[in-house]
Amino acid sequence: MAYYYHCRLMPVDIDIGKVARLARLALSEDELNRYRQQCEVVLEHAARVQALPTDGVTGTSHPLPRTNAFRDDIVTECLDREEVLAQAPERDGDYFLVPRILDEQ
Amino acid sequence: MTDLADLTVTGAAAGLRAGEFSSVDLLEAVHRRAAMTEANLHAYLSIDRDGAARAAVGADSAFKSNTDLGLLQGIPVALKDNMVTRGLETTCSSKILAGYLPPYDGTAVSRLREGGAVIFGKTNLDEFAMGSSTENSAYGPSRNPWDPERVPGGSSGGSAAAVAAGSALVGFGSDTGGSIRQPAALCGIVGMKPTYGLVSRYGLIAFASSLDQIGPLTRTVEDSVAALEVVGGYDPADSTSYPGDVPDYRAGLESGVAGLRVGVVSELNGEGIDPEVQAGVDQCIAGLEQAGASIVELSLPSIEYALSAYYLIAPAECSANLARFDGVRYGLRRRGETVEEMMSTTRADGFGPEVIRRILLGTYALSAGYYDAFYGQAQRVRTLIIQDFQAAYEQADVLVSPTSPTTAFQLGDRTQDPLSMYLSDVCTIPSNMSGDPAISVPIGLDGAGLPIGFQVMAPALGEPLMFRVAAEVERQAGFEARATHATSEVVT
Repeated sequence: MAYYYHCRLMPVDIDIGKVARLARLALSEDELNRYRQQCEVVLEHAARVQALPTDGVTGTSHPLPRTNAFRDDIVTECLDREEVLAQAPERDGDYFLVPRILDEQ
Repeated sequence: MTDLADLTVTGAAAGLRAGEFSSVDLLEAVHRRAAMTEANLHAYLSIDRDGAARAAVGADSAFKSNTDLGLLQGIPVALKDNMVTRGLETTCSSKILAGYLPPYDGTAVSRLREGGAVIFGKTNLDEFAMGSSTENSAYGPSRNPWDPERVPGGSSGGSAAAVAAGSALVGFGSDTGGSIRQPAALCGIVGMKPTYGLVSRYGLIAFASSLDQIGPLTRTVEDSVAALEVVGGYDPADSTSYPGDVPDYRAGLESGVAGLRVGVVSELNGEGIDPEVQAGVDQCIAGLEQAGASIVELSLPSIEYALSAYYLIAPAECSANLARFDGVRYGLRRRGETVEEMMSTTRADGFGPEVIRRILLGTYALSAGYYDAFYGQAQRVRTLIIQDFQAAYEQADVLVSPTSPTTAFQLGDRTQDPLSMYLSDVCTIPSNMSGDPAISVPIGLDGAGLPIGFQVMAPALGEPLMFRVAAEVERQAGFEARATHATSEVVT
């Protein structure tokens, strides 16, 4: 398995600032640099998958073949509203409270 | 007399039914053991004193009225803290979920309660089950009962340490890339990952949905069967739950291995495996041959790529699943002028470094321009791995390998090099990629006195065959040793 350490197929160049924004992670410049280096090492090894020929192979997203699971449209027990809302960091009555999303006109 | 905390589930179940002791006695023995070991091991994040006492009293009164709810009735159980428990704090070992009181029980948890189990406490894990040592916990690492300077493995390290030390008779964990089997191996106990879909994931806080599976950590193979019987089976609340009947896990426990074909996977044995571990595994394979199995050497060439594919698929799914932790409905919230600022600072403060690393990796692997080269290709490689397994099961009934390339390593040894940590799971990841069942059985100790685990893999729904071979391995190995360092001086 020393193999994994020495096999570098595809140099990876990550725009880490963009990835962190997409992932909603507010990281400092130092953190971004550190994570970029670590992710590049992992991705260079993960990129080994590109060495396997896969023409005509269909991808597997799930180990067991399943289509949608349906049930009869009947009323069943659901979570207790008060118990759920009690976990909210901030609430306003029966609503979750968040900072303003849309600017006032 | 044996300390009740050292009993197997099967032994305790018999004792309870014979009236030799009560569930309350059993619970007290486990409390005493935890009081002795927790300062050293930190297996638990929380112990539910009141809930466990109520459940034990309830189990005893059920026994008195001749109500038998199954083999876990009255048995103290440890739950990995990514299994949601109604009204009982569930943190995933993350700061982002500190204080979270779930409004429901996961299906496995409800089935345990309905089966009369005594939920003793919630165990430590690598944050969101991402890691192989339980060092990535926001609440401090757990330690190995065989040597507290070493890791218990992970991510279900708390449950493994508890069962090995006697602060629970049975534990439950989740296995996404080896997170039940590897800590079981490192702690000298039995750990099994069922066929994907056999145990409902409803109420298991998701890491990588196509790989995650709940399973038991126990002291014996028979206990593993008993635990799986309680939690397994179809659940309409999980759309990926297997809808058919569950197999009869006990069917072959006493049958031995005569006439079975045991496949030795060349990619998972030999190179890269610690020589002492491999020697133990080889001895076990020879024992199976003597017991009448035929040994088949075979190759699954694509599983050389399983680790690489895993480190694209698991982070990709994790980045999607962990998007729900945004400071809106539960958990931590940091202030922000805008919603985006609130979410971004909450997430950066709430998640630890390994979780952030995997979210970044997954977000990158899924992002426009890279999707097909990384995530898409990893999914195609996954197909090849499944095809290799299918071909192997034409030639062999079960496949065997070491569970972990090494025995327990020192705390801090691998934390600075994520890739070296990831290699801990090289033997276990293939079964998650294929969705097949696999079990780790302790077979002996290495020169340093640390347990070695032997892995048996079987095709989907092949649990009866897997347990049958595992039971033979267990009989042959005669592994009776118990961790003895759990109560020594507190290490700092």
